[in-house]
Amino acid sequence: MNSREEKIKIISEEFTENEEDVDVGSRKKNPKGQRPRKKRLSTAGPQEMVSEKSHVDSQQEPRQEEPETGLLNMPARRGPRSLPPIPSASRTGFAEFSMRERMREKLQAARSKAESALLQEIPTPRPRRLRSPKERESETEFGTEPGKEVQSIQQKDDAQIYSRVKFREQKIKSKPQAPPGFPSAEEAYNFFTFNFDPEPEESEEKTKMKARDGTSQEEEAGEEEEPPVRGGSKTDEEGLLNGKDAEDFLLGLEHMANDFVAVRPADYESVHVWLQKEKEILFIPSRLTVPTYKKLPENVQPRFLEDEGLYIGARPEVAPTNQNIMENRLLVQEPRNDFGPSARSQGRRWFGDDGRILALPSPIRPFPCRPLLSTREQSTKAELETLYRKAVKYVHSSKHMVGSGDPPGNFQLDIDISGLLFTHHPCFSREHVLAAKLAQLYDQYLARQQRNKAKFLTDKLQALRNAVQASLSPETPQQSLDTNQKTIKEYKYEIRQTRKLRDAEQEKDRNLLKTLIKVWKEMKSLREFQRFTNTPLKLVLRKEKFDQKADEEAYEAEIQAEINELLEEHTEEYEQKMEEYRASYQQWKAWKKAQRAKKRKKKEAAEEHPEEEAEEAPPGEEPVKPVPPEPTDPGELEQKVRERAAHSRRRPGEPLLLPELSLAGSVTPNEQCPRVEVLRREDVRRRCVYLKVLFNNKEVSRTVSRQLGADFRVHFGQIFNLQIFNWPESLTLQVYETIGHSSTTLLAEVFLPIPETTVVTGRAPIEEVEFSSNQHVTLDHEGVGSGVPFSFEADGSNQLTLMTSGKVSHSVAWAVGENGIPLIPPLSQQNIGFRSALKRADAISSIGTSGLTDMKKLAKWAAESKLDPNDPNNAPLMQLISVATSGESYVPDFFRLEQLQQEFNFVSDEELNRSKRFRLLCLRSQEVPEFRNYKQIPVYDREIMEKIFQEYEKRLRDRNVIETKDHIDTHRAIVAKYLQQVRDSVINRFLVAKHHFLLTDLVVEEEVPNISSEGSGILGLSLFKLAEQKRPLRPRRKGRKKVTAQNLSDGDIKLLVNIVRAYDIPVRKPPASKFQPPSRSARAFSEKHVASPSTHSPAHSPDYALGQVLVRPFVEVSFQRTICHTTTAEGPNPSWNEELELPFRAPNGDYSTASLQSVKDDVFINIFDEVLYDVSEDDRERGSGIHTRIERHWLGCVKIPFSTIYFQARIDGTFKIDIPPVLLGYSKERNMILERGFDSVRSLSEGSYITLFITIEPQLVPGESVREKLSMLKKFESQEDEKLLQATEKFQAECALKFPNRQCLTTVIDISGKTVFVTRYLKPLNPPKELLNAYPSNPQATAELVARYVSLIPFLPDTVSFASICDLWSTSDQFLDLLAGDEEEHAVLLCNYFLFLGKKAWLVMGNAIPEGPTAYVLTWEQNHYLIWNPCSGHFYGQFDTFCPLKSVGCLIGPDNIWFNIQQYDSPLRINFDVTKPKLWKSFFSRSLPYPGLSSVQPEELIYQRTDKAAAAELQDRIEKILKEKIMDWRPRHLTRWNRYCTSTLRHFLPLLERSQGEDVEDDHRAELLKQLGDYRFSGFPLHMPYSEVKPLIEAVYSTGVHNIDVPNVEFALAVYIHPYPKNVLSVWIYVASLIRNR
Amino acid sequence: MAAASPSVFLLMVNGQVESAQFPEYDDLYCKYCFVYGQDWAPTAGLEEGISQITSKSQDVRRVLVWNFPIDVTFKSTNPYGWPQIVLSVYGPDVFGNDVVRGYGAVHVPFSPGRHKRTIPMFVPESTSKLQKFTSWFMGRRPEYTDPKVVAQGEGREVTRVRSQGFVTLLFNVVTKDMRKLGYDTGPVDTQGPSLP
Repeated sequence: MNSREEKIKIISEEFTENEEDVDVGSRKKNPKGQRPRKKRLSTAGPQEMVSEKSHVDSQQEPRQEEPETGLLNMPARRGPRSLPPIPSASRTGFAEFSMRERMREKLQAARSKAESALLQEIPTPRPRRLRSPKERESETEFGTEPGKEVQSIQQKDDAQIYSRVKFREQKIKSKPQAPPGFPSAEEAYNFFTFNFDPEPEESEEKTKMKARDGTSQEEEAGEEEEPPVRGGSKTDEEGLLNGKDAEDFLLGLEHMANDFVAVRPADYESVHVWLQKEKEILFIPSRLTVPTYKKLPENVQPRFLEDEGLYIGARPEVAPTNQNIMENRLLVQEPRNDFGPSARSQGRRWFGDDGRILALPSPIRPFPCRPLLSTREQSTKAELETLYRKAVKYVHSSKHMVGSGDPPGNFQLDIDISGLLFTHHPCFSREHVLAAKLAQLYDQYLARQQRNKAKFLTDKLQALRNAVQASLSPETPQQSLDTNQKTIKEYKYEIRQTRKLRDAEQEKDRNLLKTLIKVWKEMKSLREFQRFTNTPLKLVLRKEKFDQKADEEAYEAEIQAEINELLEEHTEEYEQKMEEYRASYQQWKAWKKAQRAKKRKKKEAAEEHPEEEAEEAPPGEEPVKPVPPEPTDPGELEQKVRERAAHSRRRPGEPLLLPELSLAGSVTPNEQCPRVEVLRREDVRRRCVYLKVLFNNKEVSRTVSRQLGADFRVHFGQIFNLQIFNWPESLTLQVYETIGHSSTTLLAEVFLPIPETTVVTGRAPIEEVEFSSNQHVTLDHEGVGSGVPFSFEADGSNQLTLMTSGKVSHSVAWAVGENGIPLIPPLSQQNIGFRSALKRADAISSIGTSGLTDMKKLAKWAAESKLDPNDPNNAPLMQLISVATSGESYVPDFFRLEQLQQEFNFVSDEELNRSKRFRLLCLRSQEVPEFRNYKQIPVYDREIMEKIFQEYEKRLRDRNVIETKDHIDTHRAIVAKYLQQVRDSVINRFLVAKHHFLLTDLVVEEEVPNISSEGSGILGLSLFKLAEQKRPLRPRRKGRKKVTAQNLSDGDIKLLVNIVRAYDIPVRKPPASKFQPPSRSARAFSEKHVASPSTHSPAHSPDYALGQVLVRPFVEVSFQRTICHTTTAEGPNPSWNEELELPFRAPNGDYSTASLQSVKDDVFINIFDEVLYDVSEDDRERGSGIHTRIERHWLGCVKIPFSTIYFQARIDGTFKIDIPPVLLGYSKERNMILERGFDSVRSLSEGSYITLFITIEPQLVPGESVREKLSMLKKFESQEDEKLLQATEKFQAECALKFPNRQCLTTVIDISGKTVFVTRYLKPLNPPKELLNAYPSNPQATAELVARYVSLIPFLPDTVSFASICDLWSTSDQFLDLLAGDEEEHAVLLCNYFLFLGKKAWLVMGNAIPEGPTAYVLTWEQNHYLIWNPCSGHFYGQFDTFCPLKSVGCLIGPDNIWFNIQQYDSPLRINFDVTKPKLWKSFFSRSLPYPGLSSVQPEELIYQRTDKAAAAELQDRIEKILKEKIMDWRPRHLTRWNRYCTSTLRHFLPLLERSQGEDVEDDHRAELLKQLGDYRFSGFPLHMPYSEVKPLIEAVYSTGVHNIDVPNVEFALAVYIHPYPKNVLSVWIYVASLIRNR
Repeated sequence: MAAASPSVFLLMVNGQVESAQFPEYDDLYCKYCFVYGQDWAPTAGLEEGISQITSKSQDVRRVLVWNFPIDVTFKSTNPYGWPQIVLSVYGPDVFGNDVVRGYGAVHVPFSPGRHKRTIPMFVPESTSKLQKFTSWFMGRRPEYTDPKVVAQGEGREVTRVRSQGFVTLLFNVVTKDMRKLGYDTGPVDTQGPSLP
């Protein structure tokens, strides 16, 4: 058994399978598809293949005869199929083990053969796939055939059995055979060897299977049937395709195939052959450039029209190769198409004169334009839709519109029609006709006379003659003879011409005169004949006498000269003629000869060619025998000349006749005239004439109807002012005539020219325009009629036909406006026709519309853009330019600013200003604060209330008026006003800047990755961020998303206040507790903060230890009059941990950044003690009910401005509670027993503290840092040295690079907006004398007093006053004058005072809570540093944990700046020794020494004593106001004032002031107790610097004293104002409530 | 009195954000909002909206269809500050970050009737190549601080933008009392302005 046999088997196997497939379908594989295999192989394809293999193994023997038997041996095949299929075990099973040896041997043998077979196959591995289409076709056949076969099989086998049954049988059959069916050695061998061959087939099949994934198995079957059919068909059909043959090879049918299949290599044609063939069939035009001569007719040079100046449009762009191909094709192909003789030229007709393919100008616009998208996208359907168009009012035809923006009638054309004169009219009598003629002639005569051409020509002649004489004379030898001759010749020619002209002129003159006289004579005779005169015309001839002799001489000389010239001329002519004659004679002779010879010839040929003769006859023009010219006879010539002279010239001695036409004659009156004439005259009188004025073919006006005068003149004298709207196109006058009351007839139309733009009324001359009509009129009277022939002669000869004609005298001009501006439409409108052309050339886009009126600009543009003047598109433009540049058009020599403004002034300015709505709109757009956010401005003026403006107007009015109502103190009022003004000016300055945008304002963008910068900048870090955990175990706080303020509205913003806990709240003192003598300790200055206050007495401890409630504090937060409070906690160290939410409302609902920055509201955090009082009247009720009253006692407050929160975004920390120095009923004593351990640590500082966290939700973007913005804008100039400024920038940049978070300040902006170096602010300045004198021996006390003084100057944050625009630093004197400032000013002043006191003091720039970036003062005491808070006057040791200063950025001294470059910035951890360069980076160093900057501070501060009386008055007023306020706040209750208590308190307040609010409590309490023993008393003194009344009221309100509603409550209120120098006032308010004890 | 002399005029806009063409992007959604002047106030309907995410159509047009309805009514006393619709289109980038794909704005048509508007969309460009890369990489492209920026002219000179695609909008505009207040918006001019 060899491999070939096996191959055959495969085929037969496939065949058998197919057979079954047909009827069994999908079931097929189950029975015979070897089960174990199937389990392994999931896809059908491989399974099939395997099955094939297996069959090969098992069916070798019976199949051998199969190819021969073909389809007939069906039953035989059935047997083998039932053979056991190879189980899977065969691969791995023992068969392998047993067979291995034998296999190897056989393998060796078989391989050689197999390989040889393979080698044969490989060259022609025609893939099966190629045949598949064909096979598909044949599938249908297979579909039926196998069926038949099966049928036959069934019949043979068992006709009754279904295929299913058959399967079962097979199954049954196969099953028992399976177990013993381990492959024989042969089989196993085959199995393995088989692998060699069918591999390609398998893969192919596989691909096919995959491709048809999911198709029915029938198809597969069809597929598989192929091989057998092939096998079968091979027997029948020899001629199968190569592919099939190859397939057969593949299948190893060689020995069979060899018999009937011829093997031959595939057809292959070499490339060369192909190319050859292609060349024959295809024509590939060359890409090479065609030489020009080929494209042009022979011997023709290419013509470049462009060079000749003709316009040639730009050709469309075509790639040269394409063009070459096209040209080649045209040249080659065209001749082929028509084989005529003109073939070449046929091809050439595609080429122009320049040898290039003819092309239209490129239709592509040179600039891109985008068609409207919507139109393009609209479907055709949409385009077909019916559109509803509303009827639109007629708009004047836009073509001649002067411009829609112009108010109509702004232009005016004045038409002055002065009169009408008929040169002929039907009613003319004969005399009139003559008169008209006479008048006309006379006019002509006058005109000629005026020009006097004859005289001019005579003079010219004379001059020429002289010139000839001169040149002929020998005095001019230098000229060459030749040129001389030439000029003489020219002169002579000129003379001849001139003479002729002169003669003609003279003759005309003479003739005119003659006819004039003749007409006059005729007229005279007519008058005589008819015996009346109709016209007043009279011709007078004046005679002018001349000197007879001289005249004669001149005449003679003239004649002689002429004769001479003529003679000369004639001789010349004669000679020329003779010459000609000779030549022509010769010619004639020759011709004659030839003629004779011809004749002879002709005669011979006459009979044969008769037609030729006829042909020749016409050209046979016989040249006439030339006649020799005759020489001229001088005599004859003279005769001629004289004749002519006599004819055309005045004879010598004849007087010169000067006709003069006058109207002096008299017209015969009617009664003396014959009837016909009277009739005529009457007819004339009945006739009226009027004119219609037509403008652009529309009648615009008409003249009055005027009677025709006897002289046929009509005087109108009317001026029509045409207010025109359209550019005049035509101006026509129509002459109408009315006869009596009958109809009017149109006599004629007169077309008036449209005046030039330069023609303005007044300048226009009266012009006459002639007209004539073609009407025929015959009249029955003397009138000659019109269009009717008539004659003057009696015999009717010499007929005349006259048409009605006349002249209109008029003038048309442009009117001049009131202010001398000519009312002419803009010149551009005149060129409206050119507009489209201009558009095409797009002049507008290049020079703008206004440029169109500027001819120079236009011309320049045309020159620049190199417009082709020959391009027809540009023709109108070129014409326009040529006209314009020639200076004919009217170009005004002035220009008008805002020339169109007039058109837009639809109402007068006053009216506009009166409009409230307009005013409101204006104010809003100016961003005037009152109107900035005005919504919905009403439509009508009447809806706008006058009072809207009142406030604004009042503000404007009050700008300079100082109002004292709010301020009481005039000085403060002035200051407030001043501040307001400064603020306004700065704001106004900044408003401009606000509209400058930075990229960051508009676009949110990732920052530039910067290696050196810290934070998110580094690319690497951000990469790490990507990889960071989504849910880290230790989450870090991430910044909230900031919200831009623009899209916020009321209620969106909330203020979150988280109250965590408080420490050391004052505790209640039992009211009856025994008074303790004061135990004031004489504290040392430095001790104060180190030692705990020793006021507490252990004696109280037992009371507290009893578990009594010490205090029940709760916190109330009030903001914008919204109040929230926490629950009540217990004890002096309560912990609330509560979050309060307060809504935030921006002023005017304007949430813009600027607006938010200017919010002045404060957040008040008040701590109260909740006290429960038993109100039960008697003990009996105690059992049944509890009646308690809750009273709240104010303990202290923390005040945080909203602006701080806004800028800080969050405020987090422990704050000192502002507790009044005296809290009646409370003591700040700690339970030492319980809290000793804690206390030892805590007692470092006195006072109560509260821990807070405040933020805004959502987080608002704070105003951009002003500094940055300013640096961009460079708005604020500086007087500092440029180098210094550069150094500051450098210093700041360096500092920011190292510690971006630390504040570094080098330059500040002073109150006038200039940048100033900061050290200039520091300079020793004297504090008030009083303060120095107060404690002369105690420097510490003095320092404290000074600090207190500074702290008493009211605090006014810049950010509020200047809306974050900038931090303005005022000098100390300004600060004291203003009596308001922020931390910097306070710090500067304090620092200056300390410097004066001889301390070492620095300004500390850093961050503090709650202020944020702020300025403190650092002083060096003997051995330690002190940090002063300038705003509160408090001071802290460097190591005070409760020091609000949290970080230090830089120190500023009077002569240097030190930047903190230590690792830490907390004052606790840093070293303040600025001499160490490692810790402090100094601005001025060795490299940049201190230049000795002068200070901006004054030399000395001058303090005025404050008027005590004024202070007292203020005190009273404040007290009154506050009392009123308290009563107002208690509207439902009676407010009683305890006078006694008030006076007590009033006495007490100065004490407090003196002691600065410290350690007076016990004294005070004792005193109070003494006086108000039977009252339960709660109250406290408030202390604040005085700025205005409002904060005082707020402060009192926030304490909630008024909230007590116990019926019998009494109040006490006392105010004390302590005046310090320079009007610094310290205000004390003592508020108390008293309840009488039972 | 109200009928005789109205004190406000009304502008009713309904329509839809129909579709978009963003040849390079897919799975986009859009937000719209109206920007109007101080004299305008919305009286009914939604001033802003955010659409569903849409994918490209499978046909050749490759359009992103939202058909996201707009329905809002304004009242006003002054045509100054006529409402503009501001559109911003967002979609995921390669890394799945939501990035902006286009901003655009157009005035609500003045004349009553049906109007179709195709707005070219654009996005701000990064200021440098490096930033462009990082923003692409980090998925945080430059964005306007407020989409409403595109409806105003102020400050635009500092930005650079790139065109991205088109969004087609359909408006049906109804006005009331405009004429009574003296504003004549005229008949519908279906054809746009003539070409240059």
